[in-house]
Amino acid sequence: MELTVEYFLTVSAALFAIGLYVALSKRNAVGVLMGVELMLNSVNLTFIAFSRFTPADNQITGHVFALFVITVAAAEAAIALALAVVIYRLRRTVNVDELNLLRW
Amino acid sequence: MDDLGIVIAFWTLSGLTVGSALLIVVTRNIFHAVLALIVSFLGVAGLYVLLSADFIAVAQVLVYAGAVSVLMLFALMLTPRQARNNAANYLEIPGLLLSLVIGGLITVAAVSTDWAEVDDDRGFDATSRLIGEALIDKWVLPFEIAAVILLVAMVGAIMLVREDQ
Repeated sequence: MELTVEYFLTVSAALFAIGLYVALSKRNAVGVLMGVELMLNSVNLTFIAFSRFTPADNQITGHVFALFVITVAAAEAAIALALAVVIYRLRRTVNVDELNLLRW
Repeated sequence: MDDLGIVIAFWTLSGLTVGSALLIVVTRNIFHAVLALIVSFLGVAGLYVLLSADFIAVAQVLVYAGAVSVLMLFALMLTPRQARNNAANYLEIPGLLLSLVIGGLITVAAVSTDWAEVDDDRGFDATSRLIGEALIDKWVLPFEIAAVILLVAMVGAIMLVREDQ
């Protein structure tokens, strides 16, 4: 059996769909963030899979891009979780159902 | 990539990754969901090793399985009155439909496209030297911007969670 790039892309699509569902449907704000991290992971997997199946002198571009995605994801996680803690202090909840402060 | 060991490793790792991602959806306790997320991150790191990306695999273990998941556990522990449940909100059914449609579309697009892939036997060379050279040569501006983003995120997170005097 020959592993081609399609196999990795299919795994990545499955991860993306699960991450999207988790991000849309979880009630806890930390759960929503978990979905976002899953989606970022699936995109990184796509980058690395494509860079593996390009000519070898070109492969480092995908790695560098994945590295930047990891960096931004870490910064985003730190900010989002700090926001979750702050909103818990103010409203005593992190349920995204109950946080409708910005709704008009 | 048709070595039997590589094929077995691929199916094991992708089963581990997708299976523990599904566990996040179905588990009742959100702490268990974070633990399943860590397993999923480690599975993705294994897939990176399979794709000859050693540096990214190590960065994945350090940043995701280490730092991000610890941050999530801390955020869960700092919101104690929040019942530890992992329940769904009112978007459960529309979200399920939307994610199934999008996942199916991506899969169909990925499988039906002719990718013109190059599958040379490239072994497992160290990529950290190449990544380091690329970061300070071709991508030096994004590299510096990433440094500033990390600094701003760190200072911002500390400012946000600081108790008021």
